Amino acid sequence: MKVPIIRLGKVLLVSIQVDLTDAAALQFQEDLINRISETEALGVAIDITSLDVVDSYMARVINDTASMARLLGAEVVISGVQPFVALALVEMGRELINVDCVFNLEQALKKLEVSIAARGDRGGNRDTYEW
Amino acid sequence: MSVLHLSIRNESDISEAVRQSRAMAGRLGFSTTSAYYIATAASELAANLWIHAGGGMITLQRHGARGMELMTVDNGPGIADIDKALEEGFSTANGLGCGLPGVKRLMDELDIASYPGVRTEIKARKWL
Ligand SMILES: Nc1ncnc2c1ncn2[C@@H]1O[C@H](COP(=O)(O)OP(=O)(O)O)[C@@H](O)[C@H]1O
Ligand SMILES: [Mg+2]
Repeated sequence: MKVPIIRLGKVLLVSIQVDLTDAAALQFQEDLINRISETEALGVAIDITSLDVVDSYMARVINDTASMARLLGAEVVISGVQPFVALALVEMGRELINVDCVFNLEQALKKLEVSIAARGDRGGNRDTYEW
Repeated sequence: MSVLHLSIRNESDISEAVRQSRAMAGRLGFSTTSAYYIATAASELAANLWIHAGGGMITLQRHGARGMELMTVDNGPGIADIDKALEEGFSTANGLGCGLPGVKRLMDELDIASYPGVRTEIKARKWL
């Protein structure tokens, strides 16, 4: 099952709809890395509204993906962590999801916009990108 | 139905165990939060069967009048040092190593018996 990646100006939107198998997770990470470098995206919003139960494996996939995106210079925000998912993750211990989280995709885009603007550096050079 | 045996042979069987355990927890009267805890624990245990034991069986069942039990049985390599396996961050498969410690916190009781190379049996229970 492929995870669709949508481009919106300088930001990429991804919505993880189902638990990813090992192979699908690797494929998704590879696709996202390619898209980030192709589009020179400055931000990535990963939405997990549809994920019902997040175990340590999926938490790791999300974290690893976020780290990769950051290495390529993109800001990352997770949106849509369901309240019961958040409770279970906290109960499991450790900071299982180590990425900024917001409630919904709209807030994710706002947050990315702010952090990209705050960097000034690269955002300013990319005046060909529009929201 | 208050006993369900699910065989974990591939990755998609893990999601089935998650779905079924949450549904059963709901039927047994657990709160939504507890049902999510149980389902998350089932996900960790079933994933361990798949990753560490090459497959196995997970049984979901009512336990006594006010409890639910997740039990896994496998004939994989077993767990040589159970205390170590329960340590935060310990993993022999380059994982996060927070599955078993997580199950311990999500559930009320956790029993692990392992005869390496023969049989490993893990029981995790939660009370209403
Ligand atoms: N069913 C099993 N059979 C063999 N070893 C297991 C089993 N379940 C857990 N283990 C061992 O316990 C360790 C810790 O498990 P866990 O906390 O889930 O971390 P992880 O799965 O990330 O390695 C595993 O790395 C593995 O060595
Ligand atoms: Mg595990």
